[in-house]
Amino acid sequence: MLETVLFLIFAAICVGGAINLLAQKHPISSALSLIVVMGSLAMVYLLLGAEFVAAVQIIIYAGAIMVLFVFVIMLLNAGEEERSATGSRVAMVLGVPGLLAAAVTTGWVLTRHGPASTPVVLGEFHGSAHAIGRLLFHEFLLPFEVTSVLILVAIMGAVVLARRGE
Amino acid sequence: MPMNAGTFILVAVVKIVIAVFVLLTACAYTVWLERKVVGHIQNRWGPTRVGPFGLLQPLADGLKFILKEDLTPPYVNRTIYILAPMLALTMALTSIALIPVGPVIHAFGISTPIQITGVVNSATGRGADINIGLLIILGITSLGVYGIALAGWSSNSKYSLLGALRASAQMVSYEIALGLSLVGVLILSGTFSLHAIVEMQQGTWFGFIPKWNIFRGQIFAFFIYLMAAFAETNRVPFDLPEAESELVAGYHTEYSAMKFAMFFVAEYANMITVACLASILFLGGWSGPVFGPAILQALLPVFWFALRIVFFMFVYIWVRGTLPRFRYDQLMGFGWKFLFPLALANILITALVVAWRA
Repeated sequence: MLETVLFLIFAAICVGGAINLLAQKHPISSALSLIVVMGSLAMVYLLLGAEFVAAVQIIIYAGAIMVLFVFVIMLLNAGEEERSATGSRVAMVLGVPGLLAAAVTTGWVLTRHGPASTPVVLGEFHGSAHAIGRLLFHEFLLPFEVTSVLILVAIMGAVVLARRGE
Repeated sequence: MPMNAGTFILVAVVKIVIAVFVLLTACAYTVWLERKVVGHIQNRWGPTRVGPFGLLQPLADGLKFILKEDLTPPYVNRTIYILAPMLALTMALTSIALIPVGPVIHAFGISTPIQITGVVNSATGRGADINIGLLIILGITSLGVYGIALAGWSSNSKYSLLGALRASAQMVSYEIALGLSLVGVLILSGTFSLHAIVEMQQGTWFGFIPKWNIFRGQIFAFFIYLMAAFAETNRVPFDLPEAESELVAGYHTEYSAMKFAMFFVAEYANMITVACLASILFLGGWSGPVFGPAILQALLPVFWFALRIVFFMFVYIWVRGTLPRFRYDQLMGFGWKFLFPLALANILITALVVAWRA
């Protein structure tokens, strides 16, 4: 009961934030909505018992990446977005039915053909830091290391691009 | 004895009220201590007029903040302008909920640890708290940047904007060194639970060297943490976001009365939280000699903990009275080129030693 109420609250905040993100005209307001989405997603992870992922979601996404987004928007002093008065006609006609069809199909596939799952009990934490560390450094060691190398290459690429001007 | 839900909520509310009251009072008296100590460093007296030794000065200051005109400048982004100080203060006051101040106490037939998010493990009778306490504190601290960044941006003033830009760049950069300096302690203790980390540091070697993490080879980590913490809380010598010689007052230039006071309290609350974390992770939390009757035994750990906080507050003020402000490029260079590699080296060496012993 409690978990359903909590899930509905945070899911509503999450979807509301996502819609507000699209509706807002000012980039800062959109960025703030995105932070709300990240925060409520972290709460949903917590409800699923993934405490470590929830904390990391807050620290990395809400605390670091979005700070840089806000930083860049402030630095460039981006103003309000300009929108053309007339939208796309195709989107107006097909938008809502298309969205509904996609949602129904996804829901149907997930409920019928999704992996068999047992519901998580509120208050049981399966995704502890210990368990995730064990998975990363035992079962998924190679993918983990490959990802680290990929990120290292991306950092080096960013440094090279940034230094080109000098 | 396990408690029922009603008692649990009542105990939690009592703890929250006490914690907020103590924290706000501590902030007020840190300001008093700062004015006194900086005064004496500069061969002045500091506040002396209001009460004995100027002890009622914080009360007068608070009254002044309440009575002043709350001015909202024109051309600000009103919603965010009002939201920003609230955000800063909320984040600063929230993180104290996760700080364990003392071990389990027994009063009125109820056993509870002196920590808002703590509970008593019914199997062992010892205190326990959430497994990811440290991570949550780091998360809340990193959200505190938004209060400052949005305050500067929404004020629509160049000084505020520059202060906010400096603050966000500085806090994001130093968060890395801060976080990495804690990894050594985490490797040693193997848990994110603050209560468990303190429990692990109880006791002594040879009867006189306490088993604090700082004496287990984390002394470099301690100093990296301390320097990064100064930058995280925007204190001298890293107070570039509010450098008054260049930016008037930085991000809170356009704020007055209670809204300014909220930023002010948030900064001091953050200092106290950072000091709490330093004493928990490196200096053994509430560990210290405990003796005497039952009431003294319950209160002495809290006293030892508070003593460490006062020590850190004094260090903050001492540094402020002694060191000049850094230049901005020096600040960034120091964070990225000195603290960051040093913290990485500390992790590497700690991990090697732990692996060697295992």
